[in-house]
Amino acid sequence: MIEIIEAGPFNTVQDLGRPGYRDIGVSASGAMDPLAVRIGNILVGNDDGAAAIEVQTFPFKLRFEARVAFAVTGADGHPVLDGRELLPWCTHVAETGQILELRQPPTLARAYVVVGGGLDVPVLMGSRSTALRGGFGGNSGRPLVDGDRIEIGTHSDALPLPASGIAVVEPTVALRDVFPAPVDGVLPIRAIAAGEHELFASDGEAFWNQAWRISSRSDRTGYRLSGEPIKPTATIEMRSHGVVPGVIQVPPGGEPIIQMSDANTAGGYPKIAGVIECDLWRLGQARIGSRLRFIRSTHAEARAVEQTAARYIEDVRQTSQMIKRALKAMT
Amino acid sequence: MTVTSNILASSRVIVPATKGRARVSFIGARAFLLEVPGDFDLPAQRRIWALSQTVRRWVDIAEVIPGMTNLLSILKETPEDPEIVVGRLLEAWNNAESLDLTGKSIDIPVHYGGDYAIDLPAICDFSGLSDREVVRIHHEATYRVFALGSAPGFGYLHGLDPRIYMPRKTVPSLRMEKGCVTIGGMQTGVAMLTGPNGWNSLGYAELQMFDPTSPTPALMAPGDTVRFVPARIEL
Repeated sequence: MIEIIEAGPFNTVQDLGRPGYRDIGVSASGAMDPLAVRIGNILVGNDDGAAAIEVQTFPFKLRFEARVAFAVTGADGHPVLDGRELLPWCTHVAETGQILELRQPPTLARAYVVVGGGLDVPVLMGSRSTALRGGFGGNSGRPLVDGDRIEIGTHSDALPLPASGIAVVEPTVALRDVFPAPVDGVLPIRAIAAGEHELFASDGEAFWNQAWRISSRSDRTGYRLSGEPIKPTATIEMRSHGVVPGVIQVPPGGEPIIQMSDANTAGGYPKIAGVIECDLWRLGQARIGSRLRFIRSTHAEARAVEQTAARYIEDVRQTSQMIKRALKAMT
Repeated sequence: MTVTSNILASSRVIVPATKGRARVSFIGARAFLLEVPGDFDLPAQRRIWALSQTVRRWVDIAEVIPGMTNLLSILKETPEDPEIVVGRLLEAWNNAESLDLTGKSIDIPVHYGGDYAIDLPAICDFSGLSDREVVRIHHEATYRVFALGSAPGFGYLHGLDPRIYMPRKTVPSLRMEKGCVTIGGMQTGVAMLTGPNGWNSLGYAELQMFDPTSPTPALMAPGDTVRFVPARIEL
């Protein structure tokens, strides 16, 4: 059991999401940075899809009501356990009664608290993710509030954790060759032209050439971008069609919206481009007020990046297993 | 299929976005949207339902989302050559036979007019009809559920009389109530969530249409027949 001591308004229980129900209008939801959840779960010995806490408003505090292994992944900055700074992206063991505090990270947006055994909230439609738009799943379909108590699942991994923990080189460092760092504070985000790109004529070029700012009216559903508006050459009334996270729609005002984890499942606004799936976690870690630029990408490039990220995940999995097996052999 | 009005004709003409051949476009690297040409009608949708069944059987498909005379296919993995996927989708469309899903009949009691019908005056202005006529035309029709989407359990209904087509709003309502009976372009439906909504409300329905704990969470399914039954008309 954990008890939430201090939570901002937008922290939720999330796993890797609830895909497969878009055809009945249910958003997949899931962590905005699924890579951080996967790595965290591997570190503490959970299945990849165990549920974690997504923290996006800081400070955040919780109390452990039992001895449990945990890791904090996602954002940069150091978690604090009973006043002591800890390494992020590393396993630790909390004793009953200890308090974990997460402070505002220096540059990134979202931290994940992953516990051994995962958060034991009910599985609804195949997932423990909070569906904020539908008001179900996760912790009673709503963000965490002070005083919430959440059960922890049974830990099935028989392999012991080293006393000093297991740490990983975080993705922004380990994968910097395929996920280039911001240039002059502008984050490069790769996208592929979508259905109505041509409708924007020369404004289509303006879309790729300018740096957009993530507006304060942005959340898990979508990021609204501020910049020089882009307009289609004709007004069309589109028939409603399925959409997925990453789709960049342009409403009549001319400022694009990127659909994120709690994306609408259908849309009718003209689509200028779609962010490649492997870059979505970087958007998930981009803060309100920060800037980004869209880079034209291809399926081949997306595939290469996905494969590199998958190799990194597999490498973390293999290495952590190896360390734990070696430790078990010694005891 | 073009609807104009005296006031808004210059800027808000309803034009179908698809003309000519079926086309496939991308959303990101894994999602492919096939949109079919021609009229927005039941024969076109029956072929979409058939296409949907075919594509669902492909081993590399993760999810299939039928829309209004269109289909979004999400692959399990990013394909090496997207043009091959485009070719397969177009071929499947060309071979798609008509499939008539036989659905259930759903009656939805509606309170037309009143506090929730915030856009009824605008619909009257756009159509040039009286509120009484707009309401009568809306409840006299029989609708088919073409597809679900946008919100949990939300059904896109086809069968709206062209006389009461009404473009989506340029500026969406910030907080439309769950249950509002709405018109968006050539489509009608019932709002499933309270929140921002660009469609136009002309009434209110109390029927619960989504339950996440049920094995069949959504009341509506593609192919179902829907009738709006006036429970009350308050004009």
